[in-house]
Amino acid sequence: MAELHAGDQIAEFKVTPDKYTPHRYAGASGDFNPIHIDPEFAKAVGLPNTILHGLYMMGLVARAATDAVGGDPRSLKRLSVEFRGMGAPETEIAVSGTVKSVEDGEAILDVVAAQGDNVTIKNAEAEVEL
Amino acid sequence: MAIKTEAVGKEWPATTYEVGKEKIGEYARVIGLDNPAHFDREAAKAAGYREVVAPPMFCVVYSAPALAPAMFDPEVGINFATMVHGGQQFEWGEPACSGDEITTTARCLEIFEKEGKDGKPSNGFYVFETISVNQDGQEVVRGTWTNIVRGV
Repeated sequence: MAELHAGDQIAEFKVTPDKYTPHRYAGASGDFNPIHIDPEFAKAVGLPNTILHGLYMMGLVARAATDAVGGDPRSLKRLSVEFRGMGAPETEIAVSGTVKSVEDGEAILDVVAAQGDNVTIKNAEAEVEL
Repeated sequence: MAIKTEAVGKEWPATTYEVGKEKIGEYARVIGLDNPAHFDREAAKAAGYREVVAPPMFCVVYSAPALAPAMFDPEVGINFATMVHGGQQFEWGEPACSGDEITTTARCLEIFEKEGKDGKPSNGFYVFETISVNQDGQEVVRGTWTNIVRGV
């Protein structure tokens, strides 16, 4: 694993959730809020269509942060995010980030998840053990 | 309209969740994680885990049930029609593994109102904390959940 330095980019990854990803995430997580799985319901409450679960996208951010230090799940010590834009199924999500600081065997990463210009997770700060 | 704040400091009854190996795998597959420690007992043990290990964000599966009664408590009084999940933080301790019995307690940390920008109505902030401990009393995760209600 490469050593991390402040200012480095972490490896970006891209994933396109399919039409049924929110259904699978609902089953896996127990969050069956209909805005994520029922287009008619989503439209009735003023959304353009069903939207991705914010915590699914936070899961992708956690994956990027963990992968940046070799993929061991116990390296992720803290993750805080702000949910911004709504995520849409069947649209590519890019998760990218930079190393903010490295100190005492720990790094702070700044991670972003976006679908094109629509930033869905902003100001994500991950504390990872090196 | 002034926001109700009497629920600040309130705690709700704890919930207990037993972590299952296949449930960990189901979650890991949706997120696209391929670390064998999330699927295979031998691989997890070889990596130094007690049992098949849950991905960090699996914490939503076992901690959210404790939060539900807090969010729906009429004393908190969240208007779900205009609520969004604004922010989230987790701090992890001992990893959660299959077979663990995790007990989570939810508490209301803060309720406050922030004036809207450019003459927009105020937003209400409802901040909850969940603390999850395993069967040995070790803290597994501490969550801070921020829900924003537009136009309180």
